[in-house]
Amino acid sequence: MTTQAGVRVALKLYASLADYLPAPARRAHRLDLELPAGTTIADVIGQQGLPPAMCHLVLVNGVFVPPGERAVRALVAGDELAIWPPIGGG
Amino acid sequence: MAWQRKILRVNLTNGTCTPEPLNMEWAQDYLGQRGLATKYFCEEVDAKVDPLSPENKLIYATGPLTGTMASTGARYSVITKGPLTGAIACSNSGGYFGAELRFAGWDMIIFEGKSAQPVYLHIENGKTELLPADEIWGRSVWDTEAILKKKHQDPMIRVSSVGRAGEAQVLFAAIVNDLHRAAGRSGVGAVMGSKNLKAIAVRGTLGVGTIRNPAGFMQATVAAKKVLANHPVTGQGLPKFGTQVLMNVINEMGALPTRNHRDVQFEKAGRISAEAMHEPRPTDGKPNLVTNQACFGCTIACGRISKIDETHYTVLNRPEYWGASGGLEYEAAWALGAATGVGDLEALTFANFICNEDGIDPISFGATVGAAMELYDLGLIKEADVGFPLTFGSAEVLTRLAELTARGEGFGKEIGLGSKRLCAKHGRPELSMSVKGQEFPAYDSRGIQGMGLAYATSNRGACHLRGYTVASEVFGIPVKTDPLVTEGKPGLVKAFQDATAVFDSSGLCVFTTFAWTLADLQPQLAAACEGDWSMEKLALLGERIWNLERQFNNAAGFTGKDDNLPQRLMTEPAKTGPAKGLVSGLDKMLPEYYELRGWSKDGVPTPATLQRLGLPA
Repeated sequence: MTTQAGVRVALKLYASLADYLPAPARRAHRLDLELPAGTTIADVIGQQGLPPAMCHLVLVNGVFVPPGERAVRALVAGDELAIWPPIGGG
Repeated sequence: MAWQRKILRVNLTNGTCTPEPLNMEWAQDYLGQRGLATKYFCEEVDAKVDPLSPENKLIYATGPLTGTMASTGARYSVITKGPLTGAIACSNSGGYFGAELRFAGWDMIIFEGKSAQPVYLHIENGKTELLPADEIWGRSVWDTEAILKKKHQDPMIRVSSVGRAGEAQVLFAAIVNDLHRAAGRSGVGAVMGSKNLKAIAVRGTLGVGTIRNPAGFMQATVAAKKVLANHPVTGQGLPKFGTQVLMNVINEMGALPTRNHRDVQFEKAGRISAEAMHEPRPTDGKPNLVTNQACFGCTIACGRISKIDETHYTVLNRPEYWGASGGLEYEAAWALGAATGVGDLEALTFANFICNEDGIDPISFGATVGAAMELYDLGLIKEADVGFPLTFGSAEVLTRLAELTARGEGFGKEIGLGSKRLCAKHGRPELSMSVKGQEFPAYDSRGIQGMGLAYATSNRGACHLRGYTVASEVFGIPVKTDPLVTEGKPGLVKAFQDATAVFDSSGLCVFTTFAWTLADLQPQLAAACEGDWSMEKLALLGERIWNLERQFNNAAGFTGKDDNLPQRLMTEPAKTGPAKGLVSGLDKMLPEYYELRGWSKDGVPTPATLQRLGLPA
């Protein structure tokens, strides 16, 4: 049996979701994570205790990931996962 | 009825103020504010008119729901021919002025001619008078409001005015009311200044007692307010973070135009974002953001009120700038920041204060500074031309130019021409990041493809508020679309443009559309206004207004060739981010857009389209 190497990814939380980051990471809105290979976006959301309903805009490397793909999309090394609650502007 | 059924015609040449009945036939076809005033304007003004001549007219217009209990019923618009673009200009503002104008009994004011001496219009319900502006000419918007309130001994007077920029006819001068709400775009302030009209001071105590079905209206507005309150964007996101929450989003998506659109991501975006405005400063332990603020009747309250660090170089020993005032909205923060490469939040806030204080559009100003910095970088503008180096990223340059431009002084006069004229003067017209002479707002069309088409076809020049496909391409409102593709975007742009024209003509704020559709607006209009206000009629109304504006522009000399984007966006691929390698696909979208609009291949509405919309050929 072989052990898969972990993957390093960045979790970026903005607006009111920043409160879910550890205090030292809040100013940069960024937390570097080492995850087991195969960890999905939904896994990270669950592990960090983020309310799924508040995870509205989910981007991996700047590209939107639809809700239906979040439980199956595994993060790979170097991915930047950025999440916002429902937002608007202009 | 909802309309006050009364307009005021002010002939500045003759010094007369004449009440007239509102054309109710036109109100049925164009509703109010943007649509109805555009109808009046097109009927009365030659499209070839010089925008800064006495022959141009300037219309202040409210909608039938302005000043009512409908949420966001604060809006008024200023309609004229824009000096920055030569196209129809329609700039929309909130605050409290528009509602006050309605309370005084007026739907609209039409200014024509030019006064021999600087004047301001004083309105107290039905009493209207042009008064000498000796005490306020040469003063800022902020001073003007204070002086007029004191002079008339009434702190409840609402003032809409131009600052020194409007007097100097800076081509992107704004009209500002309530200190920091602005009819900001297209240079409507320059037109006002050209007429020697400094301000309108209005006090109204009559209210809006003309609602067709008061009980039904109350029911409809309560229901619509619940929709806003329960929606996470309008109920939570906008009040807490404002539009500025977009800074990090758009940067992450690789669609944040940076350094005159050379780049699509700004390395200092986080420092000038909504989140940064909430963070305590290391210097004084206080955040930049003091509170949010609502315009009249608004249940969203997206406005930002900020206070600059008193130890920051911009306000050191200048206590007049230590108070809390209008803070950064997203578009302003982008233009003053990313477009120029400046990542100093306090400097951007100061530049924004200056834009409010003397009335200039921060979007066109910041984008023009970005263009000037590129011209300097290329050696086409010399330090000797300016008096100091125009280095990308210099906060000191930005704030110095803000003060010079707002007051029409020094190199600020060159910036005040806008980027199109500035870049043409230095032999590189293609470096102006503009459409029809008006600078882009804060979305790069290589990374958000629909916005390229929205910019190219916007009737007032590049603008995000004419067809905000970002709502769909980024937020997923009403449905999520892929920002990197062109498929489906022509229909999306048309739908946003037509619906926005209806909201802009109602007296309500387009920000309601993050939660509302026309189906939420329709019951409010139907209860307030006499006549048929079915969904079908509203859909047709929006399209009619869009085509009327297009007809004006075509008559003014614009053609399909002006529905274009700068060469950079069409030929230089985005360097980083999800759009890396992409250029704008405008050429793929425009023919389909024309077809959906019922326009010829050259962008001219066909006779059949005009007939369907009830517009004259």
